[in-house]
Amino acid sequence: MTQRYVMAIDQGTTSTRCILFDQRARLVSVAQREQQQYFPQPGWVEQDAVEIWRNVDRIVPRALADAGISADQVMALGIANQRETTVVWDRRTGAPVGRAIVWQDVRTEELVREFERKPDAEQVRERCGLPLATYFAAPRLRWLLDNVPGLRDRAERGDVLFGTMETWLIWNLTGGVDGGLHVTDVTNASRTLLMNLAILAWDDELLSFFDIPKRMLPEIRPSTADFGQTTRVVPGLRIAAALGDQHAALFGQTCFARGETKCTYGTGSFLLMNTGRELVRSTHGLLTTIGYQLGGEPAVYALEGPIAVTGSLVQWIRDSLGLINSAPEIETLARTVDDNGGCYIVPAFSGLFAPHWHSEARGIIVGLTSYITKGHLARAVLEATGWQTREVVDAMNADSGLTASTLRVDGGMTADHLLMQFIADVLDIPVMRPIVAETVSLGAAYAAGLGVGFWPDLEGLRRNWHLAARWLPQLDAERRAAEYANWQRAVELTFGWAQPRRPV
Amino acid sequence: MPGPVQAIERAAAILRLLARGSGRLGVGEIAASLDLAKGTAHGILRTLQGVGFVEQDAATGKYQLGAALLHLGTSYLDVNELRSRAINWADALAARSGEAVRIGTSLEGNVMVVHHVFRPDDTLQTLDVGTLLPLHATALGKVLLAYDADLAAETQRAELPSLTRRTVVNATALTRALAQVREQGWAGEAEEFMPGEAGIAAPIRSYGGLVVGAIGITGPADRLCDGRLRPRPELVTHVRNAARSVSRDLGAGR
Repeated sequence: MTQRYVMAIDQGTTSTRCILFDQRARLVSVAQREQQQYFPQPGWVEQDAVEIWRNVDRIVPRALADAGISADQVMALGIANQRETTVVWDRRTGAPVGRAIVWQDVRTEELVREFERKPDAEQVRERCGLPLATYFAAPRLRWLLDNVPGLRDRAERGDVLFGTMETWLIWNLTGGVDGGLHVTDVTNASRTLLMNLAILAWDDELLSFFDIPKRMLPEIRPSTADFGQTTRVVPGLRIAAALGDQHAALFGQTCFARGETKCTYGTGSFLLMNTGRELVRSTHGLLTTIGYQLGGEPAVYALEGPIAVTGSLVQWIRDSLGLINSAPEIETLARTVDDNGGCYIVPAFSGLFAPHWHSEARGIIVGLTSYITKGHLARAVLEATGWQTREVVDAMNADSGLTASTLRVDGGMTADHLLMQFIADVLDIPVMRPIVAETVSLGAAYAAGLGVGFWPDLEGLRRNWHLAARWLPQLDAERRAAEYANWQRAVELTFGWAQPRRPV
Repeated sequence: MPGPVQAIERAAAILRLLARGSGRLGVGEIAASLDLAKGTAHGILRTLQGVGFVEQDAATGKYQLGAALLHLGTSYLDVNELRSRAINWADALAARSGEAVRIGTSLEGNVMVVHHVFRPDDTLQTLDVGTLLPLHATALGKVLLAYDADLAAETQRAELPSLTRRTVVNATALTRALAQVREQGWAGEAEEFMPGEAGIAAPIRSYGGLVVGAIGITGPADRLCDGRLRPRPELVTHVRNAARSVSRDLGAGR
């Protein structure tokens, strides 16, 4: 019998990947292309949606060729994507109206502050589960409508379409100007500030609050659903799932039961806890979001603690400071010293996300003395990821009333042993990495394969999860407490920095 | 005897040219200086860029000597980078073979474990990244020795400690074993390091075929080997495929 496979496309913040998995969830081939990031002004982060589409066009055939398989052996395609990154395009030409505005972009800070002052601002969190912040898509879309000449008229006329990356890719894959489907899934829609979390539909009150024409929004479907067939790139692939990357990772880690938690370490890091059918409202600075929704079933909710800058701090050390040649060398550099030498870096490049939500915070390096070397800086870089994880885990424990006893991790940074050990040390619980670190792609593949019956049920998927590495806590309690206190003092120093109209 | 290879002579001339003066030249300037066709110069520069000997400035498009030239003698590939690039394939190897996977590089006459994936049966196991293993008694070590003549000579000059009754302790026998590793492209070890345990490993190569490490599996001899302690062919294939995938990611065979 011919071997059969499932394909995943992971459209991430720095690159797009196409991965093929076999029935036992083993990785068969990977093709990847990085996309350019543009930083036209401080706080602005943009990408070219057309470049991303072109990358998909290259990597999908390459992944098939590397595996030596044909398109008809691919049972389904699942798409996972960077969330909240916003693109608007012309439905007749397929051309974006400008560069995509990336989730790290903080240009809408002023706009968000105006929204906060509106009398009905309180209802936003109630309806969509998210705080008003620059992080989400709606303010970006509104910014485009306000700043791209003529865009609002075109939107009212129905000439332009809005989407996050999965919507953009599905529209293009299913035909583009020639009948492309304009659709999204509940997890991506739950990150716009526009979807009502209880009924899983665009909320008219929120649309009017942000003044966004409904005509430009995609249709919301469950995470596993019929998203059409590809007619371009490699025609005939059945798109059976779409999820935001972090939701895909939750799925890929098989966190199907209430209370199961994972953290994905990439450009940013994202801790998600499955809260089952229950919509838990956070009182400790976390987000309420959709975990996933299987076709024909109620949605599974999740609590999320997003951390904006973790891996991107390493990239900054590499690209902007030039202290290392490749990201993994941060571990080599950090191991040249035994500790941080009293130095702390709080990477509030896009403000601080969970649990603080200070969009006006900006990054700092504190504790500098002439003793500090680049090795200490490298330590402080890795430790920043550890302490940010600790803050989010503390909030998660407080909100859920559960105490995490282990942390399941995945993502590129799990290759960094010094970091993983540090996370185990600061959380004082074991950190566990599963045998497929590519859980975002795996989750998209799982959801798609489940949708077409390639895998029978969630229990079958669970049996594929195996432990690949485990780090046990080693740090003594006193030292942990002292270091955490230092970190918290450093965080407080970042607050209020970027306030434009501070009293003199 | 074959004559000098023209492309290598030209590459050397380009490096000499970049090593003097301002050290930053455009492809047109380089082609004009050496009286080469622009396309020829460009091809050589792209190749040199691929191996890290020259770098191109993103803004100006000019070329300069690459950082790799400064570190020619020292460690060629950062071990943390090796782990990061190999992690997916090491995971896949553990999943396919059902055994624990390790990646090793040589360090001061030993194999240093730079990556370790647990045997995927969810039993209690401990990470041993950073652990040192003997070169002559492990499959990883034999791979490293087979493709590094200096290391092999140095190892054979010292006494080869006997760890089990099957450990190869005779220098001549080791030489023969290493020749076989090169011939077949992989190394096996059965009860030479620990009684009841076996290993299979294959080389990880980078640009131009340079061996930068070894990847392999270890486990009970009765699972890894047949009744005559010969490694099972399907496991050898899994190990070699994983090694090839990592090598391809590192630029070998392009």
